[in-house]
Amino acid sequence: MPSSVRLQEMIRVIRSARTQGEERGIIQKECADIRAQFRQGDNGERSHSLAKLLYVHMLGYPAHFGQMECVRLIASTRYSEKRIGYLGAMMLLDEKQDASLLITNSIKNDLSHSSQYVQSLALCTLACMGSAEMCRDLAPEIERLLRASNSYIKKKATLCAVHIIRKVPELAEMFTPSARSLLSEKNHGVLHGAVVLITELCKHNPGTLDQFRKAVPELVQIMKGLVTSSYSPEHNVAGISDPFLQVRILRLLRILGHNNDTASDAMNDLLAQVATNTDSSKTAGSAVLYETVLTIMDINSESGLRVLAVNILGRFLLNNDRNIRYISMTSLQKIVQTDHNAVQRHRGTIVDCLKDQDTSVKRRALELSLALVSAVNIRSMMKELLIFLSTCPPELRSHTTSGIFNAAERYSPSKRWHIDTILHVLTTAGGDVRDETVPNLIQLITTASELHCYTVHKLYRALVKDISQQSLVQVACWCIGEYGDLLLKGECEEIEPVQVTEDDVLDALETVLQSHMSSPATRGFALTATMKLSTRITDNVDRIRSIVSNYSSCIDLELQQRAVEYNALFRKYDHMRAAVLERMPVMDKNSPGHTNGDTSGVIKETDPSKLKPVEAGLLSEPASQVCDLLDLLDGTDTPLQPSPAPTNNPTTTSSADLLDLLGGLEPAPVLTETVYEKNGLSLKIQCDKQTDTEVMVTLIGSNSTQNDITNFTLQAAVPKSVQLQMKAPSGNVIPAHGLGQVTQTVVLNNPNKVSLKMRIRVSYSNQGAVHQDTVQIDSFPSPTCPPSVSPL
Amino acid sequence: MIKAILIFNNHGKPRMSKFYEHYTEDTEQQIIRETFHLVSKRDENVCNFLEGGLLIGGSENKLIYRHYATLYFVFCVDSSESELGILDLIQVFVETLDKCFENVCELDLIFHLDKVHNILAEMVMGGMVLETNMSEIITQVEAQGKMEKSETFVFQCPRQDR
Repeated sequence: MPSSVRLQEMIRVIRSARTQGEERGIIQKECADIRAQFRQGDNGERSHSLAKLLYVHMLGYPAHFGQMECVRLIASTRYSEKRIGYLGAMMLLDEKQDASLLITNSIKNDLSHSSQYVQSLALCTLACMGSAEMCRDLAPEIERLLRASNSYIKKKATLCAVHIIRKVPELAEMFTPSARSLLSEKNHGVLHGAVVLITELCKHNPGTLDQFRKAVPELVQIMKGLVTSSYSPEHNVAGISDPFLQVRILRLLRILGHNNDTASDAMNDLLAQVATNTDSSKTAGSAVLYETVLTIMDINSESGLRVLAVNILGRFLLNNDRNIRYISMTSLQKIVQTDHNAVQRHRGTIVDCLKDQDTSVKRRALELSLALVSAVNIRSMMKELLIFLSTCPPELRSHTTSGIFNAAERYSPSKRWHIDTILHVLTTAGGDVRDETVPNLIQLITTASELHCYTVHKLYRALVKDISQQSLVQVACWCIGEYGDLLLKGECEEIEPVQVTEDDVLDALETVLQSHMSSPATRGFALTATMKLSTRITDNVDRIRSIVSNYSSCIDLELQQRAVEYNALFRKYDHMRAAVLERMPVMDKNSPGHTNGDTSGVIKETDPSKLKPVEAGLLSEPASQVCDLLDLLDGTDTPLQPSPAPTNNPTTTSSADLLDLLGGLEPAPVLTETVYEKNGLSLKIQCDKQTDTEVMVTLIGSNSTQNDITNFTLQAAVPKSVQLQMKAPSGNVIPAHGLGQVTQTVVLNNPNKVSLKMRIRVSYSNQGAVHQDTVQIDSFPSPTCPPSVSPL
Repeated sequence: MIKAILIFNNHGKPRMSKFYEHYTEDTEQQIIRETFHLVSKRDENVCNFLEGGLLIGGSENKLIYRHYATLYFVFCVDSSESELGILDLIQVFVETLDKCFENVCELDLIFHLDKVHNILAEMVMGGMVLETNMSEIITQVEAQGKMEKSETFVFQCPRQDR
C-alpha cells in the first residue's frame, strides 16, 4: 500500500541515522517536506504525510502544524483518510486546542454514517479526547446509538457514554434508562461496557445507586452463567470464562452491596460459589478470586464468608508467584483497618516478605507491617523492623524511620526501650529521619529522669564511635552538655562502667566541632554543650575557655555570636554563669516553649491564631455585605466557624487567660441575660466590657437535658459597619444536667456608633438529632440596662 | 482507568505511545523516559507491578508491565483497574498482535505503527477496556483493513490510467 511504503521508507531512513544529531537533521528535512505537502498536495498525499508526521511525533519531535490537516482529513469522504485523520486527532489534538471544536461537526456527521467502521472511528475519537462542550453537543447522538441494533456500535457507544459522564456529570440521567436495558444483552463486549457504564453512573449519584440495586439479581444471574458455563473458546482465558467480565461484575456488586443488607444477602451465595469453584493456578483465576475477596470484605457479608475470604488471602500470601503475593498484600492493606485480628494471623508471613528481594513486595510488606504493630507484638515487630531498616533500599528508608517512630511512640512498653529504639534508628539511618526527631528525642530524654545516666553513657559511646549521623550527634552533644556530670561520675547500674575523664569528653566535643562532617547546626549544639560543661566539671575550665575564645572569630555567624556571648559569660558575667547554665527543666510536649525546630508544635500554635483573624475577617465581610439583619451567611458558614480551636490547648489557655483577665470584673455584678431557651439548651449573654466604640460580651451555653449536647456551634452576624470578632469557644460539648457550660467571647467594634444588634445562629446535636435555631439580640446588656431580645 | 500505554525497547526507544490523559509533548517524552528508568531497573523474576513515577501521578497510579524479548509493554493505570486483569490484558494484546502480524517482532511494530494503533483502538477506548475477545478484535481489524484496501485500489486505477 502506497502510504505504508512511503512511511516505511522514511522510517528506514530515520533508523539509518547513526547519531542523535543526524536523526534530528533527517527529521527536520522530512518535516519540511511534510509541511510543503500539506500546503499544496491533494488529500491522498496528505494522509501519507500525516502518517509520517505521527511517527515523528511519537519520537518526540514537535508536530503541531499537523493539527489542521487532521481536521481536513476527517472531513474527507474516504475511509483511509478519515482513519488517519482521526488517529492524528487523538494524538495531536486535545480540548485546549481550538482545532478540536472544528471536528465536532464532522464527528456528528460520521456518527450517523452508513458504515459502522466510520461510526466507530468517530466514537473512538470522541471517547479519547472529547471536551466538555463536544460531549454536551453530541450526547443525544450517543444516547441514540446506545439503542442501536448493532452490538459493535453499541459497545463503543457505551464506553463513549462513560467518557461523557466523566466530563459532564450532569448528563448522567440521560443514560440511566438505556444502561439498565443493556444488561440483557448477550454480547460480552456490550455487557462489559454496560457494567462499566452502570459503575460510573453509581459513582456519580447515590440516587441512581439505589435504582441499580434492583439489578443485583440480574447481575448475579449473569455471573452464575459465566462461572458454571461449559468451555466457550472465544471468551476463555486460561480456563476461566471471560475473567474480565467477571471481575467487572464483581466490582459493581461491591459498590451495590456496600452498606446495604438486602443486596448483600442476594450476593452471598454467588460469592461463596465463585470463591470455592474458581481455579487459581493461573493469573486469570487469581484475578477473579482476588476481586471476590475484596467484594466479600466490603459488603455486609456473613462471618463465615469473611473467614473464607481472609483464608484465601492467606493462601495467596504463601504463593510462589510474586505477583500474587503483591496483590494479596495490597488487599490485606485494604482490610487491615476493619478486620485487624484476621490479618494478624498472617503476621509471620508478612514479616518474612520484608526479606524478599523484590522492592515492590518489600514496600507492601513494610506498609502492612506498620499497620499490624500493636501493643502486644511491639517488641518482636520492632526487632524485625530494625533488621529491615539496616538492609532496606534507600527509597524506603525515610518511610521506615517515620513508621518506626510512630509505632514506638504509641506502643512503647517502657521509656528505656523507647530511647534504645530511637538510638538504634539514629545509628543505622540517622540521615533519613525527620527534622523534628531531634527535639522529640530530647524532650523524651528529659522526661525520663531516672534514665539520664544510662542515656548519656550510651550516647557518649555512640558519639565516640561515629560522628557522621547528624541527628545522633546533635542529641548526644545536648545530653553530654546537660548531664556531663553523670557521665563523669562513671557509675551506672544498667551499663558496664567505663571510666570517662573530662579530657575524653572535651576531646569528643572538640572532634565534633572541628570535623568537616558536622553541619553548622551540629556545631552549634557542640559549642553550647562545651559551654555547659564549664559548670559541670572542675579541672578543665581553662580548656573550655580557650575553645570558646577560638570560635569567637569563626566565619560562621551563628557560631561566632555564640562564642562571643559565652566569652562574655566567662569575663563580665562570671557570677551569673552557674545560674545561666544550670540544668534545664523538664519540657512539656505541647508547651509554647517546645518549639526547638518542632514544626508541628509551631503549626499547632500559629494556625489557630492565623485562622481566627482570617475567619473573623471573613465573618465580618459577608455581614457587612448583608444589609441590616437580613439572612445569616447561608450555607458556607461552617468553614468560617472558628471551631478547630477547642481541641488545641494553647489557644484555650490563652482565651481562658483572657477571661481570667476579665475575671477581675467578675466580683462586680455583671448582668447576664438569657437570650435563648429551648429544648433544654439555654444561651445567656453577659456583658464584660462596654465602651463607646467597643463591646465585649460572653455567650454562655448550658444544658439542662438528660443527654450531652454535642457539636455545639455559634455563628453571629452584625450590622454593616460593625466589626465582629469571635474568640475560640471553650468547647463544643455541653454536659448534661447543667454540669458544665460552653462559653465564647465575642468582641464587637463599633467605630460609627450605630445601634448594635446581633443575630446568632445556634446549631447542635442532641441524641443524634441536629437542631438549628436563630435568635436576634436587639440591644446589648449594659451594666445599667437589661438587653432586649426578640426570638425568631 | 488506563492513563497511558507505552511500548519501548530495551534501550528506551519508544515504539508506541498512547496517552488517555492530556500531557504536553515534552511531558509525554519525559514520562516515557522516566517509565523506562523505573522499569529497566527491575530484575527478571520480580513482580510485574510498580508504583508510578512522579510525572504520571505518583503513588496513586501503578505501572503494570511485561517484558517480551526486546520490548517492554507498560500500562499505567489508576486504582480502579484490577492489576491482575491488566496483566492478562497485556497478554491478550500481544497475542492479538502476534496473530495480526504473524509472529510479530519489533520491526513489525516499527514499520506498521498505524496498524498497531488500530488494533489497540479495538481493545482500549478512552482509557477503558473495550473488547477482550481476541477473535472478535481480529475480525474487526481485518474488516477495516479490507475497507481501506478497497478504497485505495479504486484510487489507484485512475492514476494508472494517466
